[in-house]
Amino acid sequence: MATEGLVRTGVGAGSGAPADPVESFARRHRYRAAEALPWAAAILVFVLFPDYLPLGAQVLANILFALATDLVLGYAGIVTLGQAAFFGTGAYTAGILAANGWGEPITGLLAAAAAAALLGFLSGLIVLRTTGLTLLMQTLVVATLLHEAANKASFITGGDDGLQGMDVWPIFGVFPFDMFGQAAYLYCLAVLFLCWLAARHIVHSPFGRSLTGIRENERRMRAIGAPVMRRRLIVYTIAAGIAGIAGALIAQTTQFVGLGVLSLDRSGTILIMLIIGGVGRLYGAFLGVPLYMIAQDRFSQIQPVYWYFWIGLLMVAVVVFARGGILGLVARLRR
Amino acid sequence: MTDTVAAAVSILFHGTAFAMVLYLISVGLSVTMGLMGFVNLAHGAFAMLGGYVLTSLMSRLGMPFVPALAAAAVATALASIVVERLLYRRFYGGEELDQVLLTMGLVFIAIAATTYVWGPLQQPLRPPRWLSGQIDFGFREFPAYRSFLILCGAVLVTMLWLGLERTRFGMQIRASVDNLRMAQSVGINTSRLFTLTFALGSGLAGLGGALGAELLSINPSYALDNLVYFLIVVAVGGLGSIRGPFAAALLIGIANTFFQYLLPQLGAFFIYALVMAILLWRPRGLFGRA
Repeated sequence: MATEGLVRTGVGAGSGAPADPVESFARRHRYRAAEALPWAAAILVFVLFPDYLPLGAQVLANILFALATDLVLGYAGIVTLGQAAFFGTGAYTAGILAANGWGEPITGLLAAAAAAALLGFLSGLIVLRTTGLTLLMQTLVVATLLHEAANKASFITGGDDGLQGMDVWPIFGVFPFDMFGQAAYLYCLAVLFLCWLAARHIVHSPFGRSLTGIRENERRMRAIGAPVMRRRLIVYTIAAGIAGIAGALIAQTTQFVGLGVLSLDRSGTILIMLIIGGVGRLYGAFLGVPLYMIAQDRFSQIQPVYWYFWIGLLMVAVVVFARGGILGLVARLRR
Repeated sequence: MTDTVAAAVSILFHGTAFAMVLYLISVGLSVTMGLMGFVNLAHGAFAMLGGYVLTSLMSRLGMPFVPALAAAAVATALASIVVERLLYRRFYGGEELDQVLLTMGLVFIAIAATTYVWGPLQQPLRPPRWLSGQIDFGFREFPAYRSFLILCGAVLVTMLWLGLERTRFGMQIRASVDNLRMAQSVGINTSRLFTLTFALGSGLAGLGGALGAELLSINPSYALDNLVYFLIVVAVGGLGSIRGPFAAALLIGIANTFFQYLLPQLGAFFIYALVMAILLWRPRGLFGRA
């Protein structure tokens, strides 16, 4: 998994390059030029490919979802199969609000984040007490439970047919969501940017470093007095909130919510997208999600089932040959 | 009053039949978890393979039920040896995330491969004539196939437990689960033991999938759809335990049948709530070791 940060510190100390450990630690916070790349690319797409903006908005929302998953999986080391629970909660919260007369998008996002974070906190209280297979199973059960609930409560959620009749108001009351997806794309981009700033801040904070510590050696962190359970619960809750925002973005920009937002499929594919890019690097999401979704958009029209075959093969290949995903390969080549 | 008793007997009967299938499939997963520390999310794919082998041997080649059942178990065990030798063994005791991704990838491949070979539709199981209809047990009649399922399950469980308690191989497995390094030090060939145990567990899963084709229908997304059930049985039973999953399977099988009978409109709601409550009370499962 992602030991990039630790390894680098080790290498630096060995060769004696950064004499001051505080300096090397502080350097992490500073923005590097390469970090502007994803944003430049996103703006280029907006200018060059106006026909692909609806797909682009979906990609951006899924990057946000993968980013939230990276916080839990890559930084805190909590292997989960139930992130769709939070994504779906966000999507349904925003969707149900918009379908019942409150279509203001930004308060919709906030409500979605709050609902998903609350669910993350409550389920985290139970789920995070366990580890390994039991934890995996419980995250899956939470998502399945919600899927079941959304299916049965068809009077609010539309059940199997999906939630219809959403009316999302213009952003700030000025920019309406149009059929070309320009407003939707920029809206998703802005929200992603803000959440990325927050995630970046969390990851580089002492809190974020202690999460990495818990991931690498939980016993030692306990021994030096870190409140392991509380830190895990906090990051689980934050990531749930961000995943909820991502779900709400999808709901608001497509004006539809289906049961698929809560499925095991959704939790699984977001893991795959993240793994392709690279886990625990904050930027894996920015590479893996566009690659996966563009490839899916190109190839899956042929025969959706066989898409599964190639994805499965790719997952096996990544685990066997390219642990760390694309960013892991890049890091290995640069060394 | 008699109605309540009749309903209770019926729930117990069908619940136990479901439990047998759940146990046969899940016990291998529990042992692999305890022995090799390997999260095998593709375990359900082996059960599915057993189901496909049974139904195709019977419908396409006209093989009788019992030999087809044996063939299903053997074929699954052999297939699992290949997968274990080629892929799984590199990841024993490794990162959990790698194991999850690897086995999820295999599930996806299995979905596509079965769709390619057998098509997307469900494969029906046609039990032989001697297992169709009802059997009269004196006080009331029970469906013949489910009675056979319970009988088969009981015989297999007894054999499995006796084998683990009384044979040399069983002792080696128990020793390795308790303390792997110590077992290696006293000369147990754990690499071979892993492969054999894995094959045994997968063979049982194949048998369970084949026997239970009527309860858990055989279709390409089998491994994904039923994953949560298998994981529940293992986690509630306690990882690495042989008897824990049996108790868990009985609990889940009977509770599931009970809730479906009483409150079908709420679906599997209660069973999940029950599982969360049990794990809140005992995070290591009913029979898990501290």
